[in-house]
Amino acid sequence: MKTNQSEKKRISVVIVGHVDHGKSTLLGRLLAETGSLPQGKLEQVKALCAKNAKPFEYAFLLDALKDEQEQGITIDAARIFFQTPKRHYAIIDAPGHIEFLKNMVTGAAHAQAALIVIDAKEGIQENTRRHGYLVSMLGLKQVIVVINKMDLIQYDQESFEKTQAEYREFLSRFKLEPLAFIPISAFEGENMIHNSEQMPWYQGNSLLTQFDKLEASSTDELVAAPLRFPLQGVYKFTEEGDERRIFAGTLESGSAQVGDKVIFLPSGKQSQIKSIEEFNRPAATRAQAGQAVGFTLSPQVYVQPGELMVKAKEPQPKVGNRFRANIFWMGRTPLIQGKRYKLKIAAKRVSVKLVEVLSLIDASDTGSIQKKQQLDRHDVAECLLETLKPIAFDLYDEIDSLGRFVLVDDYEIAGGGIIIEDRTGQGDLFSEQIRHREEARVLGWLRQPDREKRQGHKARFILFIGDFSQGKRKMAAATEKLLFEHQANTYFMAYTNLNLGLDSDLAAIASDSDEEVRRLGELARLMTDAGMIFITCLSLQDPYDIELLKQITLPNEIFVVSVGENRWNIPGVSLEVAAHANEGAVAQQIVAALEFKTL
Amino acid sequence: MNQIEQLEAKSIYILREAYRDFKNLVMLWSIGKDSTVLLWLARKAFFGHVPIPLLHIDTHYKMPEMIRYRDEMAAKWKLNMIYGENKVALEKKLTFPDGNVDRLTCCRNLKSAALKHTLSGEWPRMRFNHQLGDYEPDQNKEAYTGVIVGVRADEEGSRSKERVFAPRDEESDWNVGDQPPELWNQYKTDFAPGTHLRIHPLLDWTELNIWEYIQKEQIPIIDLYFDQGEGTRCRSLGCWPCTGKVESTARTVAEVIEELKTGKFANIAERSGRAQDKEDGGGLESLRREGYM
Repeated sequence: MKTNQSEKKRISVVIVGHVDHGKSTLLGRLLAETGSLPQGKLEQVKALCAKNAKPFEYAFLLDALKDEQEQGITIDAARIFFQTPKRHYAIIDAPGHIEFLKNMVTGAAHAQAALIVIDAKEGIQENTRRHGYLVSMLGLKQVIVVINKMDLIQYDQESFEKTQAEYREFLSRFKLEPLAFIPISAFEGENMIHNSEQMPWYQGNSLLTQFDKLEASSTDELVAAPLRFPLQGVYKFTEEGDERRIFAGTLESGSAQVGDKVIFLPSGKQSQIKSIEEFNRPAATRAQAGQAVGFTLSPQVYVQPGELMVKAKEPQPKVGNRFRANIFWMGRTPLIQGKRYKLKIAAKRVSVKLVEVLSLIDASDTGSIQKKQQLDRHDVAECLLETLKPIAFDLYDEIDSLGRFVLVDDYEIAGGGIIIEDRTGQGDLFSEQIRHREEARVLGWLRQPDREKRQGHKARFILFIGDFSQGKRKMAAATEKLLFEHQANTYFMAYTNLNLGLDSDLAAIASDSDEEVRRLGELARLMTDAGMIFITCLSLQDPYDIELLKQITLPNEIFVVSVGENRWNIPGVSLEVAAHANEGAVAQQIVAALEFKTL
Repeated sequence: MNQIEQLEAKSIYILREAYRDFKNLVMLWSIGKDSTVLLWLARKAFFGHVPIPLLHIDTHYKMPEMIRYRDEMAAKWKLNMIYGENKVALEKKLTFPDGNVDRLTCCRNLKSAALKHTLSGEWPRMRFNHQLGDYEPDQNKEAYTGVIVGVRADEEGSRSKERVFAPRDEESDWNVGDQPPELWNQYKTDFAPGTHLRIHPLLDWTELNIWEYIQKEQIPIIDLYFDQGEGTRCRSLGCWPCTGKVESTARTVAEVIEELKTGKFANIAERSGRAQDKEDGGGLESLRREGYM
């Protein structure tokens, strides 16, 4: 794609550092000295200061909110724009206060470069370290470190160099090599715009000059990488006869062309790109990293949002359920073992558990390694995670957008992380739990064979699957009726009843379906344990759900009836029937397929 | 990709993300340039369709051209168009132009309160019937839980603190000090019952970006933004008693862009013509806490 040479690029830089190390002053000074303030802003703030009988400070320029002025700390990652003759800057002012770490992280996650501010007098503090490794984990590769308030230490070269050496060593543990260390005084304006006369011993760039040396992000590298197209939605808007079934999303990396053979993961379904869809743009035959587009495919495939589309001929991502990751935790309650969280990676949302905390990085001293069972607020650690169902991912070092994720706890994004190793196949928490459940379960007086003998039939879980409005419920009820007439011990449960009761605490959105499926499985396990032929209907769209239900129901068997076209390729179907087939006939087929001693 | 293309792609991603996770989604359309760009981006995101209802808060002090333009576009683009209003305040004449309240209170009555109660479904919603070509009471009284709004971070101080997916509690209150983290392109798409979210796809756009995009895409924008031969135009649209015009002879999008880049507005705040912003130190901020857009 051609870019206009005369157009100035915009680069976003996050400013981080320990509280009171002078970020706001630095920023206010930059804005004022580059002539970037809107007309009247400086006067407005000066007037406000006069009204409140406070001496004017550059820092006040940024304190646009009343809240902030009252508390004296920058609350959020505010975005401020300024420009030099070379380009536009969006400065993200991240708060230094520990309470607002999630705001700092938000700011840094959206920047292309970081400016770390250290108070020359106070030196390296807890948040200087914490922000340092977070900047590295968040994927920022261009980092400038300024040692601020040099005026307070009489512009002393030796102590500047001491702080520089100490911090450089610390960052090197996270493979982070800053572009520059600059001694400045934002308050006095030294080494900000021009090189300071107070520090003739410093031969490097002034801060503004160093800013202009930052490189605006380029998509070239991303375009050359393998295609990663997380599926955000499958749209069919039938208005005005629009027949297109469009697979919508943003290309995270690589490129795609009409005719390319593609695979969806983890389902493994294959197709070919038929067209590239965009609104109000000339028809294109190729799309590349960064573009938000849509594809139509042929042959038609049925896949859920969240799947990852890749090219058949390119290096494939990993598909697995267990990985090692670096995680930082911001939640009010700790990240603990045994609890289910929601993992969001690219467009996929999946249930996840913490298997183990491998090692913890401590910011309060010099970043030593500790052993711990859980992650408390503001902890950073290497952990082992396991998802309930397989996901497609890459290692962070390979394709960063497919190697990073967030963890949701109780509706809130409470943690973030990057994947450093695939551990699929090395243990399986879920199977272990099922095994443990079977081993540890307490039995009553009756045994399963006793029940089967009296009932004349085995316990079963009969599950009707298929799209909405295919006549599943009618068939299920007819099956219950016929089984009852055969003296069978049976129960049909409409899924609605589960939503009204047992599942009423689950949010009614698709991404929580993992937990619904798990609960249904456990319920089926109990009902079949009672000897029952337990019947229900489900509009399943994910092949892995059947795998899960099978595992959870073990040792009892599941009998799957697929109603209508099995578009989602659900495996392990015992009986296929047409949509709206005669329910009596379907019931007959099912009863015939089951083993009865006394019919 | 150039900057405008990047901004466009990100906004489309955000709109699709909102559409994926919210059952009761609505998009606010003030008829101004920003929310019209937002509407255009929705057509981009959904390939020419707009599967999200559009809500306009009618203060009855909007310039008549705005209502005309709204209904023309609604018919042309087959929009699911809804409007709401503060009937009681209008009947009791509790407005600034009636001389009964100050500007801020007027905004509170006609905008914030009308918006809040129209979103919740407590006050009547009027829906455009494409067969009739007119509005009729909307039967849907369900609360909207996701509200897409075209605010930009560069507009003024308080807006620069917004999140892309920003929670509000039941009273539409905004807790500035405790907002969810946003990492890379992962936003808060889970929300507890009783809360709702404001979604801001244009947060990273600047006023200049908006105009450059209007030019690039040839978006039909209301002509109040252009000089009609009197040497004045609107830079920001609101109610006529509180919206001052700026002196300008810009008659086309290209001339507006030129004016913004090099001319006399390069360093003047966009909302400088909006009188309600000036009533106290943080007028807009107090309004925003109470649900103003």
